[in-house]
Amino acid sequence: MNAAELIKKRKSRDLRSSLITYGIVVVFYIVVQTMVNTGHISSLMKGLLVPICVYVIAAVSLNLVVGISGELSLGHAGFMCLGAYASTFFTNVVGDGLPELPRFILAILIGACVAGFFGILIGIPVLRLKGDYLAIVTLAFGEIIKNLMNVIYAGVDDGGLHFATTDSGLKLGEGGKKIIKGALGISGTPKNSTFTIGIVLILITLFIVLNLINSRSGRAIMSTRDNRIAAESIGIPVTRFKLMAFSISAALAGVAGVLYAHNLATLTVKKFDYNTSILILVFVVLGGIGNIRGSMIAAVILTALPEMLRGLSNYRMLIYAIVLIVLMLFNWAPAARAFRSRILEKLPFGRRNAEKEES
Amino acid sequence: MMYDILQGCIMSFIIYLTNGISLGSVYAIIALGYTMVYGIAKMLNFAHGDVIMIGAYIALMAMTKGGVPGIPAVLLAMAGCTVLGILIEKIAYKPLRKAGSPLAVLITAIGVSYLLQNIALLVFGPDPKTFVSVISVPNLQMAGGKLTISGNTIITIVISIIIMLSLNWFVQKTKPGHAMLAVSEDKDAAQLMGVNVNGTISMTFAIGSALAAVAGVLLCTAYPSLTPYTGSMPGIKAFVAAVFGGIGSIPGAMIGGILLGIIQILATAYISSQVADAIVFGVLIVILLVRPAGLFGKNIQEKV
Repeated sequence: MNAAELIKKRKSRDLRSSLITYGIVVVFYIVVQTMVNTGHISSLMKGLLVPICVYVIAAVSLNLVVGISGELSLGHAGFMCLGAYASTFFTNVVGDGLPELPRFILAILIGACVAGFFGILIGIPVLRLKGDYLAIVTLAFGEIIKNLMNVIYAGVDDGGLHFATTDSGLKLGEGGKKIIKGALGISGTPKNSTFTIGIVLILITLFIVLNLINSRSGRAIMSTRDNRIAAESIGIPVTRFKLMAFSISAALAGVAGVLYAHNLATLTVKKFDYNTSILILVFVVLGGIGNIRGSMIAAVILTALPEMLRGLSNYRMLIYAIVLIVLMLFNWAPAARAFRSRILEKLPFGRRNAEKEES
Repeated sequence: MMYDILQGCIMSFIIYLTNGISLGSVYAIIALGYTMVYGIAKMLNFAHGDVIMIGAYIALMAMTKGGVPGIPAVLLAMAGCTVLGILIEKIAYKPLRKAGSPLAVLITAIGVSYLLQNIALLVFGPDPKTFVSVISVPNLQMAGGKLTISGNTIITIVISIIIMLSLNWFVQKTKPGHAMLAVSEDKDAAQLMGVNVNGTISMTFAIGSALAAVAGVLLCTAYPSLTPYTGSMPGIKAFVAAVFGGIGSIPGAMIGGILLGIIQILATAYISSQVADAIVFGVLIVILLVRPAGLFGKNIQEKV
């Protein structure tokens, strides 16, 4: 087989894989929507549909950094926070000045741009660091965002926008409207997020991420992950490609934040603390680092799991923790892997899977 | 008049400084646990902060429910945390040591952290418990009563200094300490030289967890409200301190912790309590940008 044929074969394989991923999302949407329409879904689960979309987008975008670019980021919630605040601020300033849908689309774009801009701003100095140091700086950045958002007051009156760091410092004119109220956050945002919009945003996110991965840039990004020195030596600008992955990921996290914020009556920074960043990282690692489909599935299951365990009241988070540890051990421990491939070998038709595991 | 104001400023600055050193010493003790485990097992033990919380609960329960006096209660907490630390390592981390992915063990550590928090939530309930003082030391009066330093602050600083000196002595001068250094340098080579690698790693977890119990008691003596989530923020701060000083370096963790405490208290006092954390993390970012391996970290140039 010559090179051209190989490339063609790989492209068709990539395309098929992407189409399967989109297909899974569409089938999921149809099934859930049918269940909603026929009343086969509890109101609790219905309330979870938008958060599931939020976490799927966040997990897929974080996988771009952790899985594809190979850098550990612990501040993903910070980018969600930026997207959420920027977009709800915009929505509240515009108010009824625009019809609902165009306003929401603009809000999504603004959330993505603000988060993406900060992604570049932070990425430029930070991506020089490696491994655990990068992780701690992204964690620090997330905490800084959370802290600063807590002391921001903003409002709008006839004279334009006003910003301050104390409530009394915000000198609004007659008929002015306070929008961001420090630690109290933003309240009264219209609930524009729906499950359908969430699914559309997931598809857009997947389209961006999968196309990036299968592009020349995507392969360059993965080469910097696999061997930074080798990539540098053949002239790949490592920092530029890492920055590209980081900022796109930040922008998509911003989109997740927009979706999240337009589903809440009151938006506060507490929702975007370090635990949220960790939660998203858990989705990525459990679903398989670098495996986009896996992080989607992990996000859906792990978001729904605590709700499904609600009957167990106080024990549910305990069970969640144990499930998490056991799954990690089962998935990653060499002893468990050997055990798994032994079992697979014994099953009929299992030999191929077992060989796949070993490689 | 001018003189009085100036004197007042200096006095309050000294008080803030000692408070900062005191808080920083607690961070330093926690950071020592982080840094030793990182040095040996090359993993970030995110559950370390929660071991602190468990230690504080054991000490509190022993004192209030069991009627154990202060010092034995602390020893009990240390023993409990040592066992806990060894168990965590054996059950959750050891099977993943050869997994080849540092992220897998990181997520498992997060799972352990959730587990400890939720066990504490079930056993002790979500309400904050008021921590009782372990030993009471009279406040220190200086400069004719103008300067008062609380006894707890002094005790915290003294205990931290003792811990740091003895740990340094242990690592530099004793055989198990040398084994720790050897394992952190090169696990396989250490094994070939007859070092019991598994035992050394267990010992590191044991020491780190026992220190965490002490840190928990000191922390709750200074801020006497104990909940299942008490450990997580100091845990993160101590992690920052360990990175600040260069992760894997014992003197680095000590100095990083103390600097972090001072920065936090001074920022709270002179700027704003709301943005103090932001300033702490901001300083960290600046330090790492100037010295990417931390203050005392070895900056190893990667070679092919």
